[in-house]
Amino acid sequence: MSAWLPPRRLRELGMLGMNARNLEYIGRYNRRQLYPLVDNKLKTKLLARDYDLPVPTLRLALSQQHAVDPALDTLDHLDGFAMKPAKGSGGKGIWVITGRRGDAFLKSSGAELSRDELRRHMSNTLAGLYSLGGGTDSVIIEDLIRLAPRFEGLSHEGVPDIRVIVFRGYPVMAMLRLATHASDGKANLHQGAVGVGLTLDEGRCAHAVQMGKRITHHPDTGLPLDAIAIEAWQEILELAAYCYDVTGLGYLGTDIVIDRDRGPMLLELNARPGLAIQMANGRGLLPRLKAVERLRERPRPSHQERVRFSVETLSRL
Amino acid sequence: MNSRATVAFIVAVLCLAGLSVALLRHAQTGIPWLPGERTTVWLIEARIDFVALDGPVTASLSIPEQVPGYRMVDEQAASAGYGFSVVQVDNDRRAEWTRRDASGAQSLYFSATFLGADFVTMGPQEEQADIEPRAEPVFWGDADITAASALIAEARGKSSDPRSLARELARGFQDGSQTQNAALLLARDESPVTVLRKLLNDADVPTREVQTLRLEDARRRQSLEPLLEIYDGEEWILLDPALGLIDAPEDLLLWHRGGRSVLDVTGGTQSRLSFSMIRQSVSAAQLATERDKDSLFALIGVHRLPIEEQSMFKLLLLLPLGATVVVFCRVLLGLQTAGTFMPVLIALVFLQTALLPGLIAFVSVVILGLLMRGYLSHLNLLLVARIAALIVLVIFVISVLSIIGYQLGISTGMIITFFPMIIIAWTIERLSILWEEEGPRDVLIQGGGSMLVAVLAYLPMQSSTVQHLSFNFPELNLVLLAGIMAMGQYTGYKLSELGRFSAMDDAP
Repeated sequence: MSAWLPPRRLRELGMLGMNARNLEYIGRYNRRQLYPLVDNKLKTKLLARDYDLPVPTLRLALSQQHAVDPALDTLDHLDGFAMKPAKGSGGKGIWVITGRRGDAFLKSSGAELSRDELRRHMSNTLAGLYSLGGGTDSVIIEDLIRLAPRFEGLSHEGVPDIRVIVFRGYPVMAMLRLATHASDGKANLHQGAVGVGLTLDEGRCAHAVQMGKRITHHPDTGLPLDAIAIEAWQEILELAAYCYDVTGLGYLGTDIVIDRDRGPMLLELNARPGLAIQMANGRGLLPRLKAVERLRERPRPSHQERVRFSVETLSRL
Repeated sequence: MNSRATVAFIVAVLCLAGLSVALLRHAQTGIPWLPGERTTVWLIEARIDFVALDGPVTASLSIPEQVPGYRMVDEQAASAGYGFSVVQVDNDRRAEWTRRDASGAQSLYFSATFLGADFVTMGPQEEQADIEPRAEPVFWGDADITAASALIAEARGKSSDPRSLARELARGFQDGSQTQNAALLLARDESPVTVLRKLLNDADVPTREVQTLRLEDARRRQSLEPLLEIYDGEEWILLDPALGLIDAPEDLLLWHRGGRSVLDVTGGTQSRLSFSMIRQSVSAAQLATERDKDSLFALIGVHRLPIEEQSMFKLLLLLPLGATVVVFCRVLLGLQTAGTFMPVLIALVFLQTALLPGLIAFVSVVILGLLMRGYLSHLNLLLVARIAALIVLVIFVISVLSIIGYQLGISTGMIITFFPMIIIAWTIERLSILWEEEGPRDVLIQGGGSMLVAVLAYLPMQSSTVQHLSFNFPELNLVLLAGIMAMGQYTGYKLSELGRFSAMDDAP
C-alpha cells in the first residue's frame, strides 16, 4: 500500500471526503423527512410498486412477534427466499436461503439453519437488532434473485449488485460489487468484496479494487475483471435516474441487481452512499458532482435526458 | 455560503461572549485563572463572657465593617437562646444579642473570616464623614504643658503636614529614641496612645482612638489593643505609637473605631471580651466564591448550589470538553467509535477511577460480557430480554470482581462499580452485534477507537487547570461550543482518509 497522500493530491484527484459528502451533498440535497423512504426497505418496496419499478417480489412482511410462527409455516412452502430487516443498513441481518435439506434451511453459504434459528433471527430482527435506530423493525421476505449467466463465476455465494450514485437525478458514478470468499459472501467493500468501477457510457470495467488495492482478476475464481461489460446498461442507468423522481433524494445510492429472467431490478436505495465507489473507479466524484451542480436547466429534464447527459458528458470527467 | 457566514458570526459571538464574560468574572471576583493560588485567611472568633442578672439581657458588640488591608468575607454568631441581629448605629456596626430572661454565666460568640491583605483588591474606601473631622480641645496640667509644647514645636519644625507631624511626634515615644519630654508625659500613668492623642489634638491634627487586634496564628484569649488614627485632611491613617504610621496594616486588624464602646452589656456583670484566631491557607477560588455572595456572578455561578450538587456540576461542566475532543477525533482525525458520545462517558468514569485501573477494569468486564453475550445468543431470547439478562450477569461479574479484589487487598477491584451499568451493557451489546455482523476486526477498530478517544478526552479533562477553568469559568464552554460549531463546518479530508484513499495514487 502506498504512503499516505497529502490533501492537495486528493483534491487534484477530485476525491469526495466524508465531511464534504455529509455537509455539502447529503446535508444539502437530502431532506431529512425523505430518509424513511429509503431507510425502510418495506416503504421503498411499496413506493417502487406505486411507480411500477421492477423489484424482487415481496412474499411476506411481518412486524409482530406473534406473526413469526405462521410465517415459518409459509416459508416451508418456499424453496428459496431472502429474509431482510426492513430498517437494516449495510447488508446487516440479511439471510439468503437457497434451498432445503430435510427440515433444515440452507443458507447461501451452505450452512444449515434449523427452524429455531430462523425463528430467532426473525424475532431479533423484529426487536430491532439490526435497525438503524435500534427501534422495532419489520421482516421482509422476498424472492431470490437468479444469477444471470454472465456473472457466473464472478461472485462468491451472492448475486453481484450494481451501485449507481445518482446526484440530482443524474447518474454520476457506478460500480459492480462482487462478493468474495474474503468478504464472506457480503458485498461490502470494506469487508473484502471486490469493487469494479464501471464506465458511465458503456458499463464496462474501468478499474477494480479489493481492500483498497488495485486488482485485475477475481481473487477467488481468477476470471479477468476487465472483460466485464454490463448488458442493458441504458436500462440500468434509467432505472437509477428515475429513483430520484420517485424519492426526491438529491444524493442517492441505488443498488440494482440483474435477474436472469426479469432483467435489472431495484434492490434497495441508500440516502448515505459510501465513498468507496471512488476507489473502485479510480477517480473522484467531485468533478462530476460539480458539473451537475453547475447545471441550471428549466424545465426539468426527464430521466432519459439526464441519462443522456451522464453518458455523453459526465462519463468524460 | 450564507449559512457559512451565519455560523462564522455565531462562532465569533460565542468566542467573544465566553472570553469577555470570563475576563469580567476574573476582574470582578478575582477568581484566579490557574488553580492552586492560595491566600491567607483569618478566622477570628470574638467571645463575650458575662454573668446575667436574672432578667432581660442585651449584649452589643461593635463589629468591623470596613477594615483597611483586610476584607471581611463571612460572619456568623452562635449563642443558644439569644436573638441575634446586626444593627447600624451612627456609622458603628454592632452585633446585638438579646434575651428576655437569662441567669448565670453566659457565653456569646461572633466569628468572622477575613481575607489577607495580599488578596484584597482595594474596595471602595470607607464613606467620607459628612463633617470634616476636627481636633478636640486639649487641657494640659501645669506641669505638662511645657513638655507638650516643646514636643509639638520640635515635631512641627521637622514636618510639613499632618502625616509627617504625627510621625515625628510618635518617634519621640518609641523605644530607643524616647525623649525626656515624652518620658515626662508618660510618667503620669498615661498610655502612649492617650498622650499622643492629646499631643496631636493640641497640634490641631484630628484623631480618634481605635481598637485593634494583633493577628497571630492560633492565639486564644486575645484582647483588643487601643491605637490611634489620625486624619491627614483626606483620610484616616493608623498610628501605632510604638511603630509609627501604618499605611498597610499587616497582622493588625482594626476592629472598632471611635464612637460607642466596643462592648455594652445590659442586664449582666463581669463582662469580658476575648478573641481567638487561626490562620488558614485556602485556594483563592474558594475564597473568591465565599466573598462574592452578593455579586451578579455569584448569582449565576455554580457556587450557589449545595456542595453536593457542585461536585456533580464539576463533572457536568467537563462534558463539553469531552464532546469537543470527540468531534475533533471523528471529524478531523476520522477515528471510528462505537456510539457517538460513549467515549466521553467512559472518560468521565476514568476521571473517578484513574486511567490505568479504569481502563483495565472496563476492558476486562467488557470482554467477560462479550463471552456471556455469546452464550446468551444461543438461548434464543428476545433482544430486550437478552440485554436485560446481560445487565444482570454483568452486575454479578462486577460484584464478584469487587469482592475478590477486596479480599485480595486490591481496592482497585471496587472501581468498576463507578461505571454506569448501562454504559457497560450497551457497549457489550453493541460490540457483540458488531462481532457477529462485521467480524472481530471491526470490533477491534471500533472498540479500540472508542477507548482511544476516551483516553484522549480523559487526558485534558483530568488536568486540574482545565477542571478549575471549566468549573469557575463555565462561560469558557461557550468557546468550546464555538470550536465545535467551527469544526462542524469542516468539509476537508479527515486524516484517516489520507490513508484510506492512498490507493488512488496509482489511479489513471
